[in-house]
Amino acid sequence: MPVQKQWTDQKIENIVGNLLRAGVLLSAVVVVFGGVLYLIQYGHAPADYRIFRGEPTDLKSLTGIVRDAFGLHSRGIIQLGSLLLIATPVARVAFSIFGFAEEKDRMYVAFTIIVLLILLYSLIGSASGV
Amino acid sequence: MNILEFTLLVWIGSVIAGLLGSLTGLGGGVVLVPLLTIFFKVDIRYAIGASLVSVIATSSGAAAAYVKEGFSNIRIGMFLEIATTMGALLGAFLATKVPTSAMAIIFGVMLLYSAFLARKPRARPPANEVPDPLATRLRLNGSFPTPEGIRRYNVRNVPTGFSLMFGAGTLSGLLGIGSGAVKVVAMDQAMKIPFKVSSTTSNFMIGVTAAASAGVYLNRGYIDPGLSMPVMLGVLAGSVLGTRILMKADTKLLRLVFSVVILLLGLEMIYKGLAGRI
Repeated sequence: MPVQKQWTDQKIENIVGNLLRAGVLLSAVVVVFGGVLYLIQYGHAPADYRIFRGEPTDLKSLTGIVRDAFGLHSRGIIQLGSLLLIATPVARVAFSIFGFAEEKDRMYVAFTIIVLLILLYSLIGSASGV
Repeated sequence: MNILEFTLLVWIGSVIAGLLGSLTGLGGGVVLVPLLTIFFKVDIRYAIGASLVSVIATSSGAAAAYVKEGFSNIRIGMFLEIATTMGALLGAFLATKVPTSAMAIIFGVMLLYSAFLARKPRARPPANEVPDPLATRLRLNGSFPTPEGIRRYNVRNVPTGFSLMFGAGTLSGLLGIGSGAVKVVAMDQAMKIPFKVSSTTSNFMIGVTAAASAGVYLNRGYIDPGLSMPVMLGVLAGSVLGTRILMKADTKLLRLVFSVVILLLGLEMIYKGLAGRI
């Protein structure tokens, strides 16, 4: 196996490792912040998850979540944290495209693009009920 | 119970689930959903949504540590992720159609299977197999560091492994678990990948698989911030703690205890599902 390839693999894996760690850390910080706010605001209200109602529209769409979070609504902030967490593996996959491209591995660039499209469809496309 | 008490109790439960999940290598997701549905009376759809978010957190957190050790094979991971993410999408759509009682029964059966796997001794794949033409074409064969030097391995039965991964993805999307157990079985038994490589690569894949179904769950309103907050933070804290003490703990006894707990939870889920109480 050529030395060049081994070295690039190692470099990519280091960046991927750091990316994942940063994503998890960032989302945890956002969730803690939103969580504290949420408990201060609603801590004494009764908890009830027995009946499934589904979330309100603004906590289901990307734009709604971002709008809520920046309006400092506690539930919106937590949801933004969850969204960042979901986006972390997506970012990892997106980054891998560049990694494989750098190794001139066309087959794996194609495979990775397929995975990325499936992920993006889930996050964005599935909202419209397609 | 008010939200403050509920959040605290769910957080403690999630820490324990995350701790046990990481110590035994079975993942926190398998006990989390039964815990939330049976003890906290949470609707199974909310429970699955929260569990998925926590699965992404632990997988990404653990993968960050593993990728640097050089055990995981990113080509095997990426190739199989085509199957797991498509399966996860299917599973997430099924979750919106299947009645909750049926989901509880499927979940219970999955728990029984996990308990069985936890007790079963692992078969060691043979050291050197003849290269499989398809695996060679897909550049799946690799190597990993051992104390005796670099060990090379050849991947077998690619189509079988790929199909099993589609099934693992569907289960993950339907039940909100990492289904790491099924992934490791597919890689160990079918594809003959060494355990060190299969377990770390599986962990690497779990986050991407869960993200594929989490998007659908989010858009369908199954992810509730008030519930996912304590679950995610608890499981994350528990699994970080778990990896810290992993070296000192007696995992053999722990696996036995954990598999009994999983067995009981599985029976309870099936009973509740059959009785139509979930």
